[in-house]
Amino acid sequence: MHRLIHSTRRQFLSLAGGAAVAGAVPVVTLRAAEATPAMLASAIRQVVGDAVVRTGKVKLDVPPLVENGNTVPMTVSVDNPMTPENHVKSIHVFNEKNPQPNVGNFYLGPNAGRAQVSTRIRLADSQKITAIAKLSDGSFWSASVDIIVTLAACTEEVI
Amino acid sequence: MAAALINIPKKAKRGDIIEIKTLMSHIMETGYRHMASGEIVPRDIITGFTCRYNGSEIFRADLFPAIAANPFISFFTTATESGKFEFEWIGDNGFSGTASASITVE
Repeated sequence: MHRLIHSTRRQFLSLAGGAAVAGAVPVVTLRAAEATPAMLASAIRQVVGDAVVRTGKVKLDVPPLVENGNTVPMTVSVDNPMTPENHVKSIHVFNEKNPQPNVGNFYLGPNAGRAQVSTRIRLADSQKITAIAKLSDGSFWSASVDIIVTLAACTEEVI
Repeated sequence: MAAALINIPKKAKRGDIIEIKTLMSHIMETGYRHMASGEIVPRDIITGFTCRYNGSEIFRADLFPAIAANPFISFFTTATESGKFEFEWIGDNGFSGTASASITVE
């Protein structure tokens, strides 16, 4: 949906009209503050540098359909042993459409025993979230999940 | 002093992997919300969390406005010896909170 925002008003209206005819127009509230895919990419670049991010190892556990974006339980686990020679150094979580692309950075040590972190996050819109794990050998692994949010967080009015 | 909740097992066997659950009461105001008058509500969040086990850091987190109010963070560690876990939260407007919990390792 975010592409529509960047297109012209005419394109937007015709598309929205077309979608309405098809009976499938979602209720979209345009927000000024929204991280763009470019911001997401640059936030990820800041963490990984020029390294290649491979898909796998990381498991991102979030409900696929969320009623309230104000508090969404999230668990990130990495399928990797935790030994001094080979362990997960950090886990970074990013989102696509909140006002800021970062969600949290979590730094673990070899004594963690299990590379797993849980927290509760906010989601301003239905979107994709990405978790990236940095291993002690310098490689990066990632997982992404799409989430549908029916009540958004972050930018709503205060009474 | 802000209220924190810590949940760790009281006892563990040496080498056990234990889960540490922490919760700190905090509004986590994102800085992206407006009041009816149109003013932005200033950001007030916890930005950092650290956990030390007998003095050495075992876990650290950078938090952003996308973390829900009353940040809940849970993670794991290996029980190596009896001692104390110390937790520290720092945030905007000079916010600082600490908590600690003891464990007996057999």
